[in-house]
Amino acid sequence: MPGLVDRLTGLFSAGLAGGVDLKALISHGGFPGGVHPAQMKHTAGSPIVRSPLPPRLILPLKQHIGEACTPTVEVGERVLRGQKVARSQGYVSAPVHAPSSGTVVAIEEHGVPHPSGMGRQCIIIEPDGLDEADESLPPMSDFLDQEPAVIRERIRLSGIVGLGGAVFPTFIKMLRDHHHPVETVILNGVECEPYLTCDHRVMLEHADAVVLGLSVIMHAVDAARGVIAIEDNKPDAVQTMQKALDDSGMGDRVEVRVLPTRYPQGGEKQLIQSVTGKQMPAGKLPLHIGVLCQNVGTAKAVHDAVCLGVPLTERVVTIGGDAVPQPANICARIGTPVPFLLAQCGLEDLSGIRLIHGGPMMGERLPRMNVPLVKSTNGLLAMRQETLYSEHAEEEPCIRCGHCVEVCPAGLVPNELAWHCRNDQFDRGQEYDLFDCIECGCCSYVCPSHIPLVHYFRYAKGQVAHIEKERAFAELSKARSEARDNRLAREQAERAARRSKVRRQAAPAKAEKKDGGADSAARGGETSEDKS
Amino acid sequence: MSLLISSPHAHGGDTIRANMLSVILALLPAAGVAVYLFGWLALFLMVLCMAGCMLSEWASLKMMGRPVSRLGDGSAALTGLLLALTLPAAVPWWMALIGCVAAIVLAKQVYGGLGHNPFNPALAARVVLLISFPLNMTAWIVPMHAPGFAAALPLDLFDFPTCWQLFWLGPEALGKGLDAITMASPLGHVKTEWSRGVGAIEALRNYDYSYLDAFLGREAGSLGETSALALLLGGVYLMARHTISWHIPVSFIVTVYLLAALFNAVNPEHFAPPLFHVLAGGLMLGAFYMATDPVSSPVTPRGQIVFGIGCGILTWSIRTFGGYPEGVMFSILLMNCAVPLIDHYFRPRVYGK
Repeated sequence: MPGLVDRLTGLFSAGLAGGVDLKALISHGGFPGGVHPAQMKHTAGSPIVRSPLPPRLILPLKQHIGEACTPTVEVGERVLRGQKVARSQGYVSAPVHAPSSGTVVAIEEHGVPHPSGMGRQCIIIEPDGLDEADESLPPMSDFLDQEPAVIRERIRLSGIVGLGGAVFPTFIKMLRDHHHPVETVILNGVECEPYLTCDHRVMLEHADAVVLGLSVIMHAVDAARGVIAIEDNKPDAVQTMQKALDDSGMGDRVEVRVLPTRYPQGGEKQLIQSVTGKQMPAGKLPLHIGVLCQNVGTAKAVHDAVCLGVPLTERVVTIGGDAVPQPANICARIGTPVPFLLAQCGLEDLSGIRLIHGGPMMGERLPRMNVPLVKSTNGLLAMRQETLYSEHAEEEPCIRCGHCVEVCPAGLVPNELAWHCRNDQFDRGQEYDLFDCIECGCCSYVCPSHIPLVHYFRYAKGQVAHIEKERAFAELSKARSEARDNRLAREQAERAARRSKVRRQAAPAKAEKKDGGADSAARGGETSEDKS
Repeated sequence: MSLLISSPHAHGGDTIRANMLSVILALLPAAGVAVYLFGWLALFLMVLCMAGCMLSEWASLKMMGRPVSRLGDGSAALTGLLLALTLPAAVPWWMALIGCVAAIVLAKQVYGGLGHNPFNPALAARVVLLISFPLNMTAWIVPMHAPGFAAALPLDLFDFPTCWQLFWLGPEALGKGLDAITMASPLGHVKTEWSRGVGAIEALRNYDYSYLDAFLGREAGSLGETSALALLLGGVYLMARHTISWHIPVSFIVTVYLLAALFNAVNPEHFAPPLFHVLAGGLMLGAFYMATDPVSSPVTPRGQIVFGIGCGILTWSIRTFGGYPEGVMFSILLMNCAVPLIDHYFRPRVYGK
């Protein structure tokens, strides 16, 4: 009986506290929707440390959105730090550079950070420890006198992609369109994902480089104004950036904008609305409302490429998660194996560990551990299997509480959408604006039934893409087969026409020899023509 | 290895159970008032209904081969409590049990269980009972502590043996007819007087109606519907905790108030005043706890406002022109039917569209 009483009081106190302060989770203002996940930014005070050179560097040929690169080196060749080892293939692409001097030991398939666990072609370099630099790209200290096109080309050649995680080639975003001039460049220092602090530390420790990078970008797109957007959970970064701006004399054109902390403010669409108050029309680019967004880390990379002549060969990554004894912000070469980085944070034994590439809200769980750090790696979270939510979530029926609708920053009805996606009703799903979902995870985060909504949306998007591809292929095959039929018929007709012509020419000659032959020849000609 | 490798890998910690428990918690003040007014009878009825609903849920889950652990989500217990609070204190125990089975089996599990019921289970069960047993379902036992009726009080409801007998054996066991211990509710009284050609104001005067009593709950009615104050307290807690949003209750109550005010202004003698409508019957209980049932109400904020307005119009119309004195239950059930349509047409604006 006392046990029962305890249980009952436990139940009621659970109801009282509700287990959670929902009101604090859901907030309004700025962009619609959003949540307040636990910050977990334990590494905010840890200065960036440089990782030593790993024994091997693994460079995937595709580290960006777009086409994979083609290697320009051969196995056995010696490469220098900053030397281009793979050139971009196609327009939307970014080249890859050797992060240190050494020898190319293999060009083969190797595991890469991808949720499928599939491998990709990689260039594998064994560093020689000399770290000799390739100095083919001279620094442009006078970038304000350079043509924007020259700066853009430098950024393209330096392999710079969006370092916030989307890895879209930066030079493409900076192309100028005379119908849509860029008025404002927004530097994204929001870093709304829990755990991640790499952008925060970059702002604190490389404020001058970030400001110079911003001025390079503003010059390249001829923008009049700049905004550095930072959430109010990083007051030190706000101060440092403001000071760097004042020191650089750009204070009159660029402002630091402090935004109330809310996830997913770092999403491009959400950030643009928070800063400008305007929503980007669906299917349009930021450019169409005169805005260009870049991550602060990207701004620093632009600075390095333009002002120092150093291509993108390293980045800052936050290593955290409850399985990591000493979480840290590490500046590591692109291509450094992840276990090598984890070991630096005191995590050697990887059994029972789940690795998340990115933050806990949008990051991907990696089925393989032996993968390299790539350009998109802003965080590596090693979680103990027992504590990882996505590992244990048990789906219960939807009670239609509507919390997902409230928090969706895209204005969707996630519960209805998930229903259609789960039942493979993809046309209905698209009616419910499936492709406007930004996969931020707010809906799954607040769902009391633990429904993996984002999982269903990703599945449906994949299926729709697959169906579209098949349909396009079928259309193509149909067109091809029709073209072939037409060609065959045409050829047959031409042949028949030729034949009858020959016979008609031959007929008078025959007729002279023997009467009646012309009739049958003419008849044969007709029938062959009829056939065609 | 779990199939779910998709983000997010974090969760806010909200659960179905926490939501259900918070509603049960929010209903405690109203349940307290019920005990204060109807003594042991209220307690018996609430315990019986909660047990009956949980038992029905357990049996259904068992028969359908679903995990019995789902009983722990608290939804059946909540339905039981809600059902009890909508019943008159004098219903026989077996009638309450029929209500429990109707709520859980008929209105919920045959549709597929939690999350799939188109109607609010407690209200659907109440309709079943009202249609099957109209006499018992409209006989309101004279409450304790109601100043106007203190003299008329025929029973001591805080006396355990009396209530025990009354609960299991009915009023006949005490040598009293049902009529002897029951009275009309204010809404029922107004309706009866109307049929005799007496206007609402006159009817309320001869009923000895007081706004304060109605607000505090010292009047005849179903167990949990009498005290607007207690229900408001719980409602505010639910909104503060974000279990329910303001859209449905506010639009529901405001619509009833405005409609009543409009007609009252046109003909004050015939139509009841707006405040009477807001405090009377099950409006507060319905608006805060029944219409907001997440499963059977719209999910979008705009849809919820439309839903609330619809409930308000129907409630006032049924009370004023319908055959029943009270319309909250029917209005909510009717609007439940419209939920898929409302959800389809009142979606939020998609970003950038």
